Amino acid sequence: MGRRLYAYPYHLWTFLFTVVPLALIVYFAFTARDTAAFTLDNLRQAAQPVYLGVLWHSVWLAGVSTFLCLLIGYPMAMILAKSRVRYRRMLTMLIVVPMWMNFLLRTYAWMTLLEKNGAVNAFLGFLGLPALHILYTDYAVLLGMVYNFLPFMILPIYSVLMKMDKSLLEAAEDLGADAWTSFRRVTFPLSLPGVYAGTIMVFMPAVTTFVISRLLGGGQYMLAGNVIEQQFLAIGNWNFGSALSVLMMILIFLSMIGLSRYDKDSDGGLFL
Amino acid sequence: MWEVMNEMKGMKKAFFMVLLCGVLAALLAGCGGGQKTAKRELKVYNWGDYIDPEILKSFEKETGIHVVYDTFATNEDMYVKVKAGGSDYDVVIPSDYMISRMIRDGLVEKLDFSKIPNYAKIDAKYKNLDFDPKGEYSVPYMWGTVGIAYNTKMVTEPVDSWGILWDKKYEKQIFMLDSPRDSIGITLKYLGYSLNTGNEEELAAAGKKLVEQKPLVLAYLVDEAKDKMIAGEGALAVVWSGDAMFMIEKNKDLAYAIPKEGTNLWFDAMVILKGAKHRAEAEEFINYMTRPDIALKNVEYIGYASPIPEVAAKLPEDVRKNIAAYPDDALLKDAEVFNDLTENMPKYDKVWTEVKVSK
Repeated sequence: MGRRLYAYPYHLWTFLFTVVPLALIVYFAFTARDTAAFTLDNLRQAAQPVYLGVLWHSVWLAGVSTFLCLLIGYPMAMILAKSRVRYRRMLTMLIVVPMWMNFLLRTYAWMTLLEKNGAVNAFLGFLGLPALHILYTDYAVLLGMVYNFLPFMILPIYSVLMKMDKSLLEAAEDLGADAWTSFRRVTFPLSLPGVYAGTIMVFMPAVTTFVISRLLGGGQYMLAGNVIEQQFLAIGNWNFGSALSVLMMILIFLSMIGLSRYDKDSDGGLFL
Repeated sequence: MWEVMNEMKGMKKAFFMVLLCGVLAALLAGCGGGQKTAKRELKVYNWGDYIDPEILKSFEKETGIHVVYDTFATNEDMYVKVKAGGSDYDVVIPSDYMISRMIRDGLVEKLDFSKIPNYAKIDAKYKNLDFDPKGEYSVPYMWGTVGIAYNTKMVTEPVDSWGILWDKKYEKQIFMLDSPRDSIGITLKYLGYSLNTGNEEELAAAGKKLVEQKPLVLAYLVDEAKDKMIAGEGALAVVWSGDAMFMIEKNKDLAYAIPKEGTNLWFDAMVILKGAKHRAEAEEFINYMTRPDIALKNVEYIGYASPIPEVAAKLPEDVRKNIAAYPDDALLKDAEVFNDLTENMPKYDKVWTEVKVSK
């Protein structure tokens, strides 16, 4: 009984800041702008090829950046898990400390680093290498996403690897598995919950970002987040903006269901 | 490294502004605390970095009115907040087309000009403009244009047409404004149409032109374009005149041009919101801001153009002669002021989205 009493503030919190806003977004998405009558026009408008193209581009960019994060983050997590305690603490700090700095500031820094007369090109020029012109392209946006969201991939994988029963690896070794086989058959399958968690934690902010694409993409490529932001702030059409948000939530929800299907054997329920 | 330094300067400036606001707020709070009589108050809502903070202090000192001062970033932000109600601002300083929307929506109050004697100091050509045809609701604050800022080291030919923004020579050296209204507007002007058009064919033509231009554009920016141009990252940029003044001050290689096809002429003006609780104080404030010595101090601080001839005449010659600040009438022959486009705005939005998603 006492425990249930303590839970009320959390229920209230969830209700006020999750259920109510969600309900509002759904309400706006299905009502007309001026009459507030029920309509599907907003969703129909959101399903136009122009906007679907934007949505697809966002999903694609977020997918690529998630994949890159996994590619870079997994080995990093393994190195972390295997290093000695003293180094491990330092390495974890090195990953986490940049996150203490404001996200916007770090993205601004990349903007300055990558520009035509910026530090990266000055360095390349010093080495006699040709200059890099990636600012205001997809590559810069990808770089920004991977840079900003990489810790969200490393940390969940790392925590799963740390909790893994090491005797299983010893058993695999005793039974004659080489390093690659024991990674493929033991370590990797056991780390999948971490991989799923990391994938979701990178994919979600990447697919909804509008700051990275605006700063590093120079407004060249509108992502879903930019279109939604524009509808709310510049155009003032909350109904259409909400419809786009709903469409996006459905998309994310479907991809999460898809992912959790592969997650049947492990702990599951990590993100659903 | 210089770019980094410039960025740092920008950040330092921003930090300083934040600090200043904080100090100011503390100061204002301090002033208010000691008074015994019912204190007079006023709530002002203005663009960010668009007033000399010293003026707010001197206003408080002279009148004893405590000013609560907030800022907004775009007309649309302001509109959403005011329309939603509950913000109880007295004086707001929006732009032309937004003022006409607010008049239409009944959000602003008619002014009592007998309480604003300094209104007489304002040049007649800035009064009774289309957004407030009878001049009943607004008192002009600042005005300016949209034009092309260019780096004279990279662009040696004369800049006199929007067409230069479609010149392949400057591929990946052009910054456009990340603002549908402005970017589509100048394209419409270039094509010889009105920048207030609702005609779908004209808008489609402008959209096609902008898609055609996209491979040449380095980026679509708003505020960052200033820093990028100062750092020599681009040759041409579409900018607002006040920003151009700021850029030219920081980098002497930069210049500003108003294309011959005409441009957008804009005005920001002070209005009083309907149901304002501090009407008398609001009128006193508007009158104070229009007092020539105060207006001069303000213009010197923010760099935009004053609608008060007496003020403009007192500015240093290089500012007065600079077309970025004070273009002569010939350049403004074909200039247009934005109308409110509430019904047609979705068309602009659609064109802009198509431009932005094109490859």
